Amino acid sequence: MINSYLPVLVILLVSAFIGLAIIVLSTVLARRNPTPVKLMPYECGMDPIGGARRRFSVRFFVMGMLFIVFDIELIFLFPWTTVYDKLHFFGFVEMLVFVLILLVGLVYVWKKGALEWE
Amino acid sequence: MIPIPEVNLGGILPALVLCLAGLVVMMLGLFIRRGAVATAAVVSIAGVLIAAAANTPLRMMDKQAFAGLINLDAYTWFFNLLILISAGLTVLTSVRYLTDDGLDMYEYFVLLLFASAGMMFMVSANHLLIVFVGLETLSIAIYVLVGILPSSKKSKEAALKYLLLGAFSSAVFLYGAALLYGSAGSLGFPELAKYFKAGQISRMAYVGMGMVLVGFAFKVAAVPFHMWTPDVYEGAPAPLTGFMSVGVKAAAFAAFVRVFFQSMLPAQMNWIEIIWLLAALTMVLGNLAAIVQDNIKRMLAYSSIAHAGYLLIGMVAGKEAGPAGMLYYLLAYTFTNLGAFGVVALVGRKGEANVMIDDYRGLAKTNPFLALAMSIFLFSLAGIPPTAGFVGKFTIFSAAINAGYIWLVVIGVLTSAASVFYYFRVVMKMYMEVPETQPAELQFSPAMLLALGIALVGVLYIGVFPTNYLNLAALSVKPLF
Repeated sequence: MINSYLPVLVILLVSAFIGLAIIVLSTVLARRNPTPVKLMPYECGMDPIGGARRRFSVRFFVMGMLFIVFDIELIFLFPWTTVYDKLHFFGFVEMLVFVLILLVGLVYVWKKGALEWE
Repeated sequence: MIPIPEVNLGGILPALVLCLAGLVVMMLGLFIRRGAVATAAVVSIAGVLIAAAANTPLRMMDKQAFAGLINLDAYTWFFNLLILISAGLTVLTSVRYLTDDGLDMYEYFVLLLFASAGMMFMVSANHLLIVFVGLETLSIAIYVLVGILPSSKKSKEAALKYLLLGAFSSAVFLYGAALLYGSAGSLGFPELAKYFKAGQISRMAYVGMGMVLVGFAFKVAAVPFHMWTPDVYEGAPAPLTGFMSVGVKAAAFAAFVRVFFQSMLPAQMNWIEIIWLLAALTMVLGNLAAIVQDNIKRMLAYSSIAHAGYLLIGMVAGKEAGPAGMLYYLLAYTFTNLGAFGVVALVGRKGEANVMIDDYRGLAKTNPFLALAMSIFLFSLAGIPPTAGFVGKFTIFSAAINAGYIWLVVIGVLTSAASVFYYFRVVMKMYMEVPETQPAELQFSPAMLLALGIALVGVLYIGVFPTNYLNLAALSVKPLF
């Protein structure tokens, strides 16, 4: 059983070697001629307007979390739709309960004002 | 046609009732302008009582449901009841805490109910993944609850620490489960038991077993996986700390015992020495560290670590007597510790300003009843008759002696003798010393009085008449063997 993993190990070693070799070779062989323009981070061709590590509004995180919740709801809904005709009424009721629970969450979030930007 | 697994909603009705109560509280809180906390508390208590009623048939059952994922037996019944008791008492001790500080945090009860439902799945699981789902349901709710005080930096810090370390321990647990799956081909307890019985246990399975053990040891706060406990217990709201030290610990121990006794018993000689060591370390470090604490919440945190050590002795003792002793001990500990943390919440006053041990000076003069109650809770924690804590320690220690673990019991007895020192320090402060400044009046609320009364009666009643409860504990561990 261990033997069958040997190729994986070989691939790991080979890819690590190639990766390291490219970095080492390019630092050793490359000619360097840095200018301020070259060292600037690339931002779609625009001049950068400041560091990327600044503080973001906490609202982004709330939105992000809500997005994940409803995203996962969708992930559960998709396979259900494909086998809906085989699950019949049972599946319908199960999904109804699931969506109702999420609906309670949505009402809560809405009422609490987490969907308002301001 | 896809085969639909047998659905036995009656079996998980207690957890369903708690979930439903949580949703109702969530909606009610939104639409009630004033007194949301009080309404939420009433609905939560009603939910807990209905769930307790729905729990009673489980006592007579001994079967699996949901395609063998859930155990419906007396063991589940016992721990469901324990969880409901601790949830109910926590709701009662929390009410004033949440209204007092001008918070409108009815979400507290929602999360408490969801956490309890998660615990119920954890204790009834017959499959490691169900244990994990229950563990996460419970943990995520508790992470939020720990940081729920909006103005307290300490509470936020505690929540972040708990979240990070808890996520790590969950990952370790899950990794261990994956390794077990790799060797046994299933995560169901009966299949795991079959695998371990067959004798050819792979190294991978041993590593998996060890990692699952680490995951549980983290949740029950056994040394050396206890680092989070003092900080988290100190930062969390006092009633919630009580809940964590009792409910969460009981649920984790329930799953711990179920996993190791139901599915890994044939490999017992491989894990028993690890748990022996964990128990010894936990008792020694917990009790020694508690001696030097000045903050009563930290002291009780270390004391709860120490109690995890005593409980681990029950696991080492094994047979039926060890786990039975643990069940009784957990019941005793539930009433005792929730009572003690109720007093801490009460004496802490607004914003938990008075949580140092020195703040208990002269409490016997100003509030003789409260001082007496606190003394009884501390006596029970120290294991002094006629309280429930004494009987609990006695049963666990005697089970360990019968199983031949004399040295472990020697460590247990010596460290619990040391523990008397720090428990009595508080009693001394209450009765023998006078405060430098006159503290503000305590604000008693009916809910708090009720909770302290129930805890006090519980501690004394099951301590003085332990026979019924010992039999109950013995009956409840039967399905494991």
